[in-house]
Amino acid sequence: MFIFLLSFPPGKTRLAKWYMQFDDDEKQKLIEEVHAVVTVRDAKHTNFVEFRNFKIIYRRYAGLYFCICVDVTDNNLAYLEAIHNFVEVLNEYFHNVCELDLVFNFYKVYTVVDEMFLAGEIRETSQTKVLKQLLMLQSLE
Amino acid sequence: MPAVSKGDGMRGLAVFISDIRNCKSKEAEIKRINKELANIRSKFKGDKALDGYSKKKYVCKLLFIFLLGHDIDFGHMEAVNLLSSNKYTEKQIGYLFISVLVNSNSELIRLINNAIKNDLSSRNPTFMCLALHCIANVGSREMAEAFASEIPRILVAGDTMDSVKQSAALCLLRLYKTSPDLVLMGEWTSRVVHLLNDQHMGVVTAAISLITCLSQKNPDEFKTCVSLAVSRLSRIVSSASTDLQDYTYYFVPAPWLSCKLLRLLQCYPPPEDGAVKGRLVECLETILNKAQEPPKSKKVQHSNAKNAILFEAISLIIHYDSEPNLLVRACNQLGQFLQHRETNLRYLALESMCTLASSEFSHEAVKTHIETVINALKTERDVSVRQRAADLLYAMCDRSNAKQIVAEMLSYLETADYSIREEMVLKVAILAEKYAVDYSWYVDTILNLIRIAGDYVSEEVWYRVIQIVINRDDVQGYAAKTVFEALQAPACHENMVKVGGYILGEFGNLIAGDPRSSPLVQFNLLHSKFHLCSVPTRALLLSAYIKFINLFPETKATIQEVLRCDSQIRNSDVELQQRAVEYLKLSSIASTDVLATVLEEMPPFPERESSILAKLKKKKGPGAVSVTELEDSKRESSELNGAGERGPDPSVMAASNASTPSPSADLLGIRSAAPVSTAPASAGSLLVDVFSEAGPAASSGAVNDDGFLRFVCKNNGVLFENQLLQIGIKSEYRQNLGRMYLFYGNKTSVQFASFTTTVSCPGELQTHILGIVEPLVEGGAQIQQVLNIECLTDFSDAPLLNIKFRYGGALQNLTLKLPVTINKFFQLTEMASQDFFQRWKQLSQPQQEAQKIFKANHSMDTEVIKAKLLGLGMALLDNVDPNPENYVCAGVIQTKSQQVGCLLRLEPNAQAQMYRLTLRCSKDSVSKRLCELLAQQF
Repeated sequence: MFIFLLSFPPGKTRLAKWYMQFDDDEKQKLIEEVHAVVTVRDAKHTNFVEFRNFKIIYRRYAGLYFCICVDVTDNNLAYLEAIHNFVEVLNEYFHNVCELDLVFNFYKVYTVVDEMFLAGEIRETSQTKVLKQLLMLQSLE
Repeated sequence: MPAVSKGDGMRGLAVFISDIRNCKSKEAEIKRINKELANIRSKFKGDKALDGYSKKKYVCKLLFIFLLGHDIDFGHMEAVNLLSSNKYTEKQIGYLFISVLVNSNSELIRLINNAIKNDLSSRNPTFMCLALHCIANVGSREMAEAFASEIPRILVAGDTMDSVKQSAALCLLRLYKTSPDLVLMGEWTSRVVHLLNDQHMGVVTAAISLITCLSQKNPDEFKTCVSLAVSRLSRIVSSASTDLQDYTYYFVPAPWLSCKLLRLLQCYPPPEDGAVKGRLVECLETILNKAQEPPKSKKVQHSNAKNAILFEAISLIIHYDSEPNLLVRACNQLGQFLQHRETNLRYLALESMCTLASSEFSHEAVKTHIETVINALKTERDVSVRQRAADLLYAMCDRSNAKQIVAEMLSYLETADYSIREEMVLKVAILAEKYAVDYSWYVDTILNLIRIAGDYVSEEVWYRVIQIVINRDDVQGYAAKTVFEALQAPACHENMVKVGGYILGEFGNLIAGDPRSSPLVQFNLLHSKFHLCSVPTRALLLSAYIKFINLFPETKATIQEVLRCDSQIRNSDVELQQRAVEYLKLSSIASTDVLATVLEEMPPFPERESSILAKLKKKKGPGAVSVTELEDSKRESSELNGAGERGPDPSVMAASNASTPSPSADLLGIRSAAPVSTAPASAGSLLVDVFSEAGPAASSGAVNDDGFLRFVCKNNGVLFENQLLQIGIKSEYRQNLGRMYLFYGNKTSVQFASFTTTVSCPGELQTHILGIVEPLVEGGAQIQQVLNIECLTDFSDAPLLNIKFRYGGALQNLTLKLPVTINKFFQLTEMASQDFFQRWKQLSQPQQEAQKIFKANHSMDTEVIKAKLLGLGMALLDNVDPNPENYVCAGVIQTKSQQVGCLLRLEPNAQAQMYRLTLRCSKDSVSKRLCELLAQQF
């Protein structure tokens, strides 16, 4: 995985993780392009779309798009479910997560991402383990 | 479970975020932000030392402002200060700020690294993880330099907590990706492999990504991971859906870990150990079986997780390409998905089948789904699915279904999305050419292509049709008739005019007998399009006209009139004007004989790899079509309809010698040599001429490589001979060493004085002359010299032998290329068919392969070819290639520094008098060099 993006239309990026070196202009461009590619797609379309040299795996939850850019040979379904697994953790952690939770607690969302994905790879998949760790961190001063 | 309240802990931050959200306009937002920035700046500069909490809050606000898209130019120092706090929340904000706003300020990097170092040695797992995550997120060279040796230690230490191990593994992966030179393999590598056995599934999940990446680069050092991965996989696959508790996702045990294990196995060939292999095959069968079981849940998460494993297992089966039974089962499973109601599954099945189509075991099974795939191309609503369907049709195409597939692709092209039209055009053009049995079908197809999607037909495509028509006289009449008919359409694409102009100019005579297409009718038809065309096309048409004058003298007056009119002869475009003037003059001055010579029919183009294929490869990126290509060569081994790579190349065919660089492709080769006419005299024969004409005069020092290529497949013989001197060689090679005996014979009756020889070598070879030759060589005498050769690493430049002597007072200076070529250091390698293709697949990176298609220069007799291949030094393998006409060889080149495995495949096409030669070697430069050398041997 090269990029992890979480964005709303109209293009407000809530979170961006870059697992490859990009300069700032390139990042901005990528965000816009990914957004443009993904948002025009129909709900009946696949959750995978080729983009530049990679593939975007994305899933929409209400108005929120979760996008992951992966290598074209990567396992599409595994990443698609990794997104869902992540969303279920957010949902549990924030108790029925909504957009505002992610806005006001943006610095915590980064922690959740790092617990589950690191260096562009899946780090931990067990929801129980991740939530336990998050609650432990929550209790720290 | 307690939920997190909004912005808990930092009220000021929550207020600020609310304010920003309440801003009605961008201006208001900027105003609010500027106010906040001023506030924070004053706090940071103030006399009062800020407490940790305030610092954290302000740094967090800065971060928020940055994430909104505003520049932040201060606060870095405060963030770095937070790193040394003892409180988790403060540290976390500090690390987050550093990770998001990486700054290459060297002063800060030192401080940051210092803080990271402290946290890494703190033995506090939470702090260690924060530090590791920071390194993994930043991944800079500076961090790699500071920590690349420390992290492996943390990873394998016995007392490291599981969560820290997870982070350390992936942190190391990031550093290895950004600075592989700094991550040194050591005794830790074997312990990392054993993490595959770890109790904690999370540790395995993280570590396996690291192991996979390292295995790709250092397969030998990590090959013990194969059996560990198989047993881990086996335990997961055979566990019940609830056994793995935390790691069961919607009733699927450890789906992500299973995928990663299957992916790791794809770095290696099938396990050699029978027991391991048996266990793995069992796993793969179980996975295929589970796909047939009723789902344990109706939720899409369940089926997605299950199918993620299934697709990865199928990838592994395809990667092995050695289990026909599994391949066919995989194909049947994918066939079911082709009609699944989930678009995702249809898409993935098409994609996966594309690679299955290239396996000889499953190619036929894939073909049975042709109707479904065609239907997908017609009815799928998502363009990315249609694209996959088109790719699969291309991959499953062979001689038996080419007509159907090409027809379907053509009809799809009429409504195809703009984004994929050009690629579709290229694919149709390639298939049409490759599987053309009768060339009238080919011509029809390409003309249809131009008609349907003219704008997307690139130059390569229409060049190609012309090359093929010119090279095959059986289709020329048909082509002339067909373009003539196509041009009747009231509106036709400019590319059609180009092809029409070119073909009628060459072969219009073949249809001129029919009064409906008499010369004048042909001319008028072409000329009716003239005014609508661009300059390059007009230039081409003018050349067609002058060709008409030669073909049909009765059109001369009409055409001259056209050329003479102001719009031609005074055209503002230099190229057009020049052509008009020159053609007019040519037609009025030159005699019929001269005209006939100058305007003769174009000679055939040299046969090379299709430039369209090259273009498609470029478009799809390396590797994207290589699989199909290999398989095509497997199945369609005698398919060599290649024609010239460059097509009607302006530089070869420029109508005039004007210095204007003309963009126009043209018909005429007036001033330049025909593309495949006489080859320029080689340097070697020139040198001989010098000797024979001028007698014993001082000769130039030009390198003579005349004899060089004759010795690629043999070791003994006469390397060089002129009126004075004959040089014979005998050579023998063993491993990376060689010995060459050089025999210098004086053919005259006069002595050679001051006879000296020197050998200069490229760096990759070492040569050593044993014994110095006598400075005098008597008339009629022969002297001998021995040369020891050692190959240090692979090379392409041959050693040069310089000979100097005086003959009758004149200094003779001669430089010869010694026939020491890389293939001399081959060791035979015998292998069975299965091994051969296994290895062939492993060498599938595009740069590892070199391929040439070339015309036979020598007899195509089987025994002759075999003798040459044996002389080459590789093992000639029988019963390997499914096509008995083909030759495959294997060998290992021994150099001092390394061994290079090489596989060769030579496919003769007796009918076309052509060969296709493919080399795959573990080293790119060797493939290239061998291909160059060998292409001139047959």
